[in-house]
Amino acid sequence: MANLDAAFSALADPTRRAILARLALGEATVMELVEPFELTQPAISRHLKVLEGAGLIVRRAEGTKRPCRLAPTAVAEIDQWLGMLRRALETNYDRLDGVLAAMKPEK
Amino acid sequence: MSKLTLKTEGDRYIVVTRRFVAPPEAVYRAHTEPELLQQWLLGPDGWTMPVCISELRPGGRIRFEWTDGRGRGFYQTGEYLELEPFSRIVHVGRMHLPDPTPDNHVETRFAPDGDGTLMTMRMTLPDAETRAAMLATGMEHGMEDSYARLDRMS
Repeated sequence: MANLDAAFSALADPTRRAILARLALGEATVMELVEPFELTQPAISRHLKVLEGAGLIVRRAEGTKRPCRLAPTAVAEIDQWLGMLRRALETNYDRLDGVLAAMKPEK
Repeated sequence: MSKLTLKTEGDRYIVVTRRFVAPPEAVYRAHTEPELLQQWLLGPDGWTMPVCISELRPGGRIRFEWTDGRGRGFYQTGEYLELEPFSRIVHVGRMHLPDPTPDNHVETRFAPDGDGTLMTMRMTLPDAETRAAMLATGMEHGMEDSYARLDRMS
């Protein structure tokens, strides 16, 4: 199971989020990620290591290449928790809108 | 209508913003006065908050108890740390599920925004264990629906 704290930490970086967005389109190798992100190969590799450590991506061996792809379950776990929080807050604040509207005549 | 935004800040915080069509004084009161809190701080439909203690002073106690009216419930305790009427509340809170979760440190700001209020709430990101416990409480709508289905089956 993915480490959610490590996953949140990994997601805090905009480059890593962009890499995940790219991988959502399909598998990619380090070299294929270097060009669009205009980063060096070691820089991309460092980001991938963080993402892999957080359980957000998985890599497989293909000759000398190690293509990366999204690990869907880790993303789903984070989405589930943030989604729960969002729905709980939305329900409450929609109700609060009604409470505030009812308070107005008192003023 | 004003939409809620929710984003993570680093790996430790969640920042939520929401606009309300009411002045900061009204929104602040609705966040601190028991008779107002009991009308909206509830979670899914069907849940109520029969106990709401909000001692409005630094160090003052907070205790919210929720129930679904069918034997399930949980509660939150906490303390106010800082209160700046009608612009800022800092408090800590912990859920009892029934074991207490680590303290959640929450700062809530209310800023005038045109004819309304922009609320910004910055809270501590709970640890993985707490998140799992919260997902299991029935606060989550989908889960509530599954419990309702289970109830009908039993």
